[in-house]
Amino acid sequence: MNARVDPMAPGNGTTAAPAADEPLDLEAAYRDSHVGEVLESLDRELVGLAPVKSRIRDIAALLLIDKLRRATGLSSGPPALHMSFTGNPGTGKTTVAMRMAEILHRLGYVRKGHLVAVTRDDLVGQYIGHTAPKTREVLKRALGGVLFIDEAYYLYRPENERDYGQEAIEILLQVMENQRDDLVVILAGYKDRMETFFRSNPGMSSRIAHHIDFPDYSSAELVAIARLMLQQMQYRLSAPADEALREYIDKRRAQPHFANARSIRNALDRARLRQASRLFARHQSEAGGSISRQELETLEERDIRASRVFGGAPQDDPVQNTC
Amino acid sequence: MRAVEETKRAKSGAARYRPGVLKYAQMGYWNPEYAPSATDVLALFRITPQEGVEPEEAAAAVAGESSTATWTVVWTDRLTACDRYRAKAYRVEPVPGAPGQYFAYIAYDLDLFEPGSIANLTASVIGNVFGFKPLKALRLEDMRFPAAYVKTFAGPPTGIVVERERLDKFGRPLLGATVKPKLGLSGKNYGRVVYEALKGGLDFTKDDENINSQPFMHWRDRFLYCMEAVNRAQAATGEVKGTYLNVTAGTMEDMYERAEFARELGSVIVMIDLVIGYTAIQSMSRWARRNDMILHLHRAGHATYTRQKAHGVSFRVISKWMRLAGVDHIHAGTVVGKLEGDPNSVQGFYNVLREGHNPLDLQRGIFFEQDWAGLNGVMPVASGGIHAGQMHQLLHYLGEDVVLQFGGGTIGHPMGIAAGAVANRVALEAMVLARNEGRDIWSEGPEILAAAARHCAPLKAALDVWGEVTFNYASTDTPDFVPTPAVA
Amino acid sequence: MKVTQGTFSFLPPLTDAQIASQVEYCLGKGWAVSVEYTDDPHPRNTYWEMFGMPMFDIRDAAGVMTEVNACRRTFPSHYIKVNAFDSTRGRESLRLSFIVGRPANEPGFALVRQEGAGRTVRYTTRSYATQRPEGERY
Repeated sequence: MNARVDPMAPGNGTTAAPAADEPLDLEAAYRDSHVGEVLESLDRELVGLAPVKSRIRDIAALLLIDKLRRATGLSSGPPALHMSFTGNPGTGKTTVAMRMAEILHRLGYVRKGHLVAVTRDDLVGQYIGHTAPKTREVLKRALGGVLFIDEAYYLYRPENERDYGQEAIEILLQVMENQRDDLVVILAGYKDRMETFFRSNPGMSSRIAHHIDFPDYSSAELVAIARLMLQQMQYRLSAPADEALREYIDKRRAQPHFANARSIRNALDRARLRQASRLFARHQSEAGGSISRQELETLEERDIRASRVFGGAPQDDPVQNTC
Repeated sequence: MRAVEETKRAKSGAARYRPGVLKYAQMGYWNPEYAPSATDVLALFRITPQEGVEPEEAAAAVAGESSTATWTVVWTDRLTACDRYRAKAYRVEPVPGAPGQYFAYIAYDLDLFEPGSIANLTASVIGNVFGFKPLKALRLEDMRFPAAYVKTFAGPPTGIVVERERLDKFGRPLLGATVKPKLGLSGKNYGRVVYEALKGGLDFTKDDENINSQPFMHWRDRFLYCMEAVNRAQAATGEVKGTYLNVTAGTMEDMYERAEFARELGSVIVMIDLVIGYTAIQSMSRWARRNDMILHLHRAGHATYTRQKAHGVSFRVISKWMRLAGVDHIHAGTVVGKLEGDPNSVQGFYNVLREGHNPLDLQRGIFFEQDWAGLNGVMPVASGGIHAGQMHQLLHYLGEDVVLQFGGGTIGHPMGIAAGAVANRVALEAMVLARNEGRDIWSEGPEILAAAARHCAPLKAALDVWGEVTFNYASTDTPDFVPTPAVA
Repeated sequence: MKVTQGTFSFLPPLTDAQIASQVEYCLGKGWAVSVEYTDDPHPRNTYWEMFGMPMFDIRDAAGVMTEVNACRRTFPSHYIKVNAFDSTRGRESLRLSFIVGRPANEPGFALVRQEGAGRTVRYTTRSYATQRPEGERY
């Protein structure tokens, strides 16, 4: 059953086993794995996350070196690949998990490289005997790839003795230990709650090789993310709107329930809604008005400033929402 | 020049129907502006006109003589919707690499044909035209049947999918063997061959095409002994087994009697020969469906008219007719065996029999796109001079939905018939296993067979005896369109 | 005797690696793999028991192998086969079916003959095992 991809097999980038003291071509191995492309796209498509990206590079380097060591017959045991990603919502954990699956696949550590993302409800049943089949079904789909468990701490509910999460944890622990060739598990969630979870589940904690923390984005990074999103949606900000957005972000970050990139996305969607209302209201008042492409494209200052975050009166805001 | 052009242009109105002799092209049988409709039956002929006959005129003549024409103008044409009933030659082009030969595309209106009758189809299309003097040679290369016509036929009574489900055998070609010697065995000895071969591991054995009911073996005795053998083999292996009981006889009444007896005895399959005729084949097809019987067709006699490239009917067309008429198995060539068959042409036949839709594929000799409108597929049978040592080539050329028949290759095995069957079955399974694992069976075939032979003495013996046997002669029926190797 | 149903029954019993390799082939073709078991190996027994549902969304053979091994553990003395189903138009049937587990002792079948009119005989293939009730056969 150990059908792990053989780093020595043709097509995985290395040539036949070299002699013990012959220098190995690291450059060739790196090139042939095409890992560089994934790392580069990670750099390009995700704003900020400097510590995360650097950590991922380290892991990729470790795995590549490990592969070369095996090629010369040096073995340090099967590599530990299970990971935990901690951080607030909207900091890119799921996206990075998908890239990680890609990297692991290209280096030959997972066979298929698909990602199965689940939460507690996908793993845990509602009555006796329900959990094991549910968990096994998820594992069946995930084998050969990466299993991403979001808010993993919800699996553990010690206060409720009829909770079946423990059963799911047992099964996961077994698979994480005995089928390392078949599956990589990434647990994710808020940092403090994950820490509590690991303290209460030392078995789980001991199987996690890499803990990566996803810091909140800085204001500047959030602005850059907003710009990227606007570019993709084909909108522009007027100069005052740009300024307003910065202020918005500064203010909003301090408020509760801030979900980083996701909150930015929501804010931009609301701004778009206000723009549309504004343009339409103008058309209604000046009967028969035409709209220029530039107007369609541009978000104005008031589309941003109408937000409750600036303390604006709720009735002025066509978008009745939390912020 | 003008005179030549004029003879190609159709006359109309009163001029058309004045008594006298007109060129066929003037009678309206040559119509380059005609666009075939979706319900037309199309035919492609390879024509070799006599010296001095224009290709368009020759094509028009073929169109005419295979539809409504006669050699002189007849006024009674005007009592009919004659423009519609006239077949139209709409395209003529020279055959590449064969000076003096032309491809003629001809369209026939759907109303020209009786629904569900191959006899009628063939009487129309090939009934009159092949002896026509202005042609030196004529071959029916391909036909296109509109869905409207296909739907008038019931098609193969069982089909590939249901056959596999009845036999419960998936994922590999089926294995068979014709009982040898061709003639002379008595019923009891015949049954012995069947038992040994089936017990050894083949799925089917087969009566040869000329085993009907002769002084050395009456058909009833053959059927009785064969079914004893089949059932013994089934109990010995736990697999569904069968033998093709040949019900070919002198009259339909006799054929029905034989088929009924086969059914009574519990056979899963019966067999008929092409020489019984198209009408008899359709009748037997109906009987087979009503009696849940697989129907095997031996293409006896076909090579008299399918083999020569210039004259006759291509086997591709016979295959299509037989699929419509409704047979479940048909012998279609082996490529590497003792009988005629170029790889591309044979793959063309197989595609026409098996696929639900044939795209245009000139390299394999498929000249028309053909949609089979849900008609069952026919299982091709590869039979004639093949042996276990060729298993990789057979699997490569012919694919999985095929019956591979090793008559001599089973019965002539040095360790006996059952051993011969074991050798073939092991070779086949090993090759399929290797192919599924992703190995290149074309190059590694002999190695795979040798590895399997290490665990199987009968296979080793088979490879020792026949490993070097090949039948390499130039094929007489090759496709006209083969890709030329590109200059790098 | 050895019941030789299934595609690879004439080869030595397949190793786990060989089974996984065949399963990979099927998954690569987009076929749904399923596991079935029975203790009645009569050739006309069409409906073996299903061990779980056919697996429609599995990407890797490892997932299927957990089911195969679970079935073999649960039914060590039954016949177990792996099937691959192809749902494309015109096929809608199995593409591959091979045995991955069998009882240690296979008594085989008897051929029962019932003499009829003339020289005809009615045949029945009867499994020695099925003389005992289901579950107690092997």
